[in-house]
Amino acid sequence: MEHIDFSLVDWSRAQFALTALYHWIFVPLTLGLSFIIAIMETFYVKTGNPEWKRITKYWMSIFGINFAIGVATGIILEFEFGTNWSNYSWFVGDIFGAPLAIEGIMAFFMESTFIAVMFFGWNKVSKKFHLLSSWLVAIGSNLSALWILVANAWMQHPVGTTFNPDTARNEMTDFWSVLFSPVAINKFLHTITSGYVLASIFVIGLSAWYILKKREILFAKRSITIAATFGLIASLYLAFTGDGSAKAVAKYQPMKLAAMEGLYHGSENAPLIAIGVLENVENSKEEDFVVDLPIPGGLSFLAFGDWNAYVPGIHELVHGDSLHGIISYKEKINIGKKSIDALAAYTKAKKTGNTDEAQKQLKIFKENYKYFGFGYYFGHDPHELIPPVKLSFYAFHIMVGLGTYFILFFALILFFTVKNKIQDKKFILRLAVWTIPLAYLAQEAGWIVAEVGRQPWVIQDLMPTIAAVSKIDSSNVIITFFLFLAVFTALLIAEIKIMLQQIKKGPEEKLIENSSKK
Amino acid sequence: MIRTVFNFYKEGFLSMKVGKKLWLIIGIKLFIMFAILKLFFFQDFLSSKFDNNKDKGNYVIEQLTKTK
Repeated sequence: MEHIDFSLVDWSRAQFALTALYHWIFVPLTLGLSFIIAIMETFYVKTGNPEWKRITKYWMSIFGINFAIGVATGIILEFEFGTNWSNYSWFVGDIFGAPLAIEGIMAFFMESTFIAVMFFGWNKVSKKFHLLSSWLVAIGSNLSALWILVANAWMQHPVGTTFNPDTARNEMTDFWSVLFSPVAINKFLHTITSGYVLASIFVIGLSAWYILKKREILFAKRSITIAATFGLIASLYLAFTGDGSAKAVAKYQPMKLAAMEGLYHGSENAPLIAIGVLENVENSKEEDFVVDLPIPGGLSFLAFGDWNAYVPGIHELVHGDSLHGIISYKEKINIGKKSIDALAAYTKAKKTGNTDEAQKQLKIFKENYKYFGFGYYFGHDPHELIPPVKLSFYAFHIMVGLGTYFILFFALILFFTVKNKIQDKKFILRLAVWTIPLAYLAQEAGWIVAEVGRQPWVIQDLMPTIAAVSKIDSSNVIITFFLFLAVFTALLIAEIKIMLQQIKKGPEEKLIENSSKK
Repeated sequence: MIRTVFNFYKEGFLSMKVGKKLWLIIGIKLFIMFAILKLFFFQDFLSSKFDNNKDKGNYVIEQLTKTK
């Protein structure tokens, strides 16, 4: 684009990343803990045992703190869309509007209504209605996440829409294609399941702390039993949905996959790097591994379910590979440029009333629209279209490595809990406490893979970040970046402080002990 | 019915313990977000420049087709 202010693009991206990563500190715990609470309450309603009510109420108070601090942090993202990313916001049209409207209605009616019953309804509504409310809060929270993830999935794989060159907006032509695109399904399932894993680790970690402090042993063991069972199932399913996500990335975003694996040169029987360290060479277009542990054919299997399948590397994707039907970025840039020029000519012809010319240009625009976004790199080095390889690689491997560890962690915790030996395993209990920050690290790494790995695209192949930003003064973005940083840090400190107070206080009434004294 | 719902919420809010502190934080957060950030820093870029969708669309097309 003309006079691109790269500092504006970079600051706008940094601000969005800061807000999204901060927002994502709270969301996964809400998604997962809501289900764990509903399961705990189901035990209470089924057994009538007041200890289960006590357990449920305690975790509900933790849920409440997290929910309250996290609430509305996502709205800031919407502010940023309108101010910093106005070209993008206009271009996406209904695609964001419709899912976000549905999300708003669902969040309001399901979460807001039933969350009040969940917190205020004890002894005021029937046990069964209260339980139903807790389940509806869990389902409502997760369905809210569905819509924003569908919108995000569309950005990664734009389907079910048509661009209207008269209004410059995308119009939804097939709602079901948008909702059920393979990227959307995998993204939704993978993301919410990761929330279940985080919440399970959170419950196990805090419960382990109580056991280490020799407090609330029964409460802690019961909490661990529920969380470890839920967490083990969720973590296994997480691996399954991760596999689905990898296959979708291989099909629709091959450059992201190549960056995630640091794969510069494609091959059949492509190896999966289990552990690797990329060398640090400044201004190099390729970074080799200093140390690596490859699994032969692993990447081919992960990407296509076939150990011998061909996986293109960054080199083939940039320079093309006619043998495998891959066209070069240079060709895509030319196609994209043709489409952009045709759109400009169409608009001009329409203004002058030259209908024939307008129709001719419209045809050219549509024929080349598939690579529209590449056109913004006309005259640039195609290597600018490669996402940050190191960041994508390390984030992906941290996420997968921790995900694998979590499966083993849950299995170990569940084993010792079933054997009734968990209270004696001090090392395991300490490990459980220290696994909490790892769960958050895995969450943030997951988002880095998804969002950094698709760079430079805001909308895959159609709109790069350089075309999406508003023409505003970058100093405004810099000011609000630091303002956010200060506000978010203060809020995070407040949350941690309130949560720590609640954790130290522990569950309130000791119903079983009181009743046994009587 | 309305009175019952009102009392339900009223009693719920009054009996909150940790909640009061949380509501204070939520209040401060919403004030910063809507009374400061939205008002002074995050005006909708296109709406602040154009009155109607046609002009907004024309402006975006113009921006998207400037590649030289």
